[in-house]
Amino acid sequence: METTNFVYNLIPNETIAIIVISVIPLIFLIVYALLAILGELKISAWIQERLGPMRTGPWGILQPIAEVVKLIQKEDLTPDSANKPLFNLAPYIIFMGAYASFAVIPFSRYFVPSGINIGLFYIFAVGSIAVIGIVMGGWASNNKYSLLGAMRSVAQIISYEIPGAMAILSVAVLASSLDLEKINIAQEGGIWNWFIFGGQGSWSKIWVFPFTLVLSLIYLVASLAETNRTPFDIPEGESELVAGYHTEYSGMKFAMFFFAEYANMFVVAAVLTITFFGGWNSPFGNFMQGPGWDVFWFISKAFFFVILQIWLRWTLPRLRVDQLMYVGWKVLLPFSFICFLFISLFKMIN
Amino acid sequence: MDIFSIVFYLFAVIIVVSAAIVVMSKNIMYSAFSLLFTFFGVAGIYVLLNADFIAVTQIMIYIGGILILIIFGVMLTSRITGVDIKSGTTGKVQIAFAGVISLVIAITLIFLFANTKWFTSELKPHQSTIEDIGKELLTNYLLAFEVASVLLLIAIIGAAFIARRKS
Repeated sequence: METTNFVYNLIPNETIAIIVISVIPLIFLIVYALLAILGELKISAWIQERLGPMRTGPWGILQPIAEVVKLIQKEDLTPDSANKPLFNLAPYIIFMGAYASFAVIPFSRYFVPSGINIGLFYIFAVGSIAVIGIVMGGWASNNKYSLLGAMRSVAQIISYEIPGAMAILSVAVLASSLDLEKINIAQEGGIWNWFIFGGQGSWSKIWVFPFTLVLSLIYLVASLAETNRTPFDIPEGESELVAGYHTEYSGMKFAMFFFAEYANMFVVAAVLTITFFGGWNSPFGNFMQGPGWDVFWFISKAFFFVILQIWLRWTLPRLRVDQLMYVGWKVLLPFSFICFLFISLFKMIN
Repeated sequence: MDIFSIVFYLFAVIIVVSAAIVVMSKNIMYSAFSLLFTFFGVAGIYVLLNADFIAVTQIMIYIGGILILIIFGVMLTSRITGVDIKSGTTGKVQIAFAGVISLVIAITLIFLFANTKWFTSELKPHQSTIEDIGKELLTNYLLAFEVASVLLLIAIIGAAFIARRKS
């Protein structure tokens, strides 16, 4: 497949083009993180019948900027008995793991930072770098709460990676590709061709619809667990562990953890969008379809799932550790296997 | 220098420096975490060689699996046994032996590298490798593939059995 990147056409120098391409998602990420922080504050307030922040700017919409300024100004504390090199390195590793996924996320058919043909596999692989960062931070803090939080987080992420991966693998089977661009192209032509409805094909795909629906729900649940969001935020359960693996962090390093969490939220929302909800495709077939609209549809779909995550966070109570493991291993995993087997069978017969 | 060489030397430096830390660090946790960068650098070299599938697999298996296992092993053993695991300095005789052996291996490798007639393949446009790998695995190398999966299954069952047994 040809590289479909408009930056290469704009900037003739390849080196500069590569740098620009790798910076564009970062700029997007910063804007998105500010919006998501505001969304988190406001949505939580509305759910709890409060107004939320109202003082900074009209209706408090400048609140996230104020928060960032506050975090930058804060003193950067390192505990005396912490392991300093690892303690300082951990936030960057976690953020790197979160940001690495953006290398393959196709925002539009004319802007795919790197169109490698194993995009889905890559996203799952780089997700594991963040796990190392979490262990590093938890261990180097030299604090029992941090270590326990890190252990729980790692156990949780590894457990839920399996049903999540099975769900994604089923889509790879349906699209016969791991290339995110090809998966998007395979869902062209209106809402009925999205993989949640079985992808393109004749009416026989009605058989596959219940399974893809279940798989999209499985991936949603697994992605909540992977980003440590409620109802799976056991690693940072305040009543038990203060704040989990980032208890000891302050100032900019805490902001890095925060930033990485929001980046991860967007990544899982983007993966859900690409795999089950048509990616950059318009729900109305050829209407409102095109390179510019791609960005609009992709980002609005992904934002919808980010908002859904925030909504769930302020609605559901937290699970217990044993319930978490039960849901992961005894509910999601068997169901994802059954769905995967059926979808493979369907694909083979069809 | 073109961008390819710059990236290559960057990854090479990452690999060598982090591998040196793995071997020489007294703190075993540093060694374990430093392994992260070694694996990462090797994955980067794979990418430069157009072996993208192997690179991602490297990250998935070594960083996502084996390294986490190593770190947990180190972390839990030193906490449970109460002994701080630290690698001390060895005696002078051992260092001398190790030095001689390393030197011999290094000289042999450099000698081989300088004297081998390397076949350089033509520069091809980057193609998809996973399709070929998948087809080969399920046709020509089916036996090896199945044996590996059965082996992993046995390992899983064994691990579950050990974890289950009450003393």
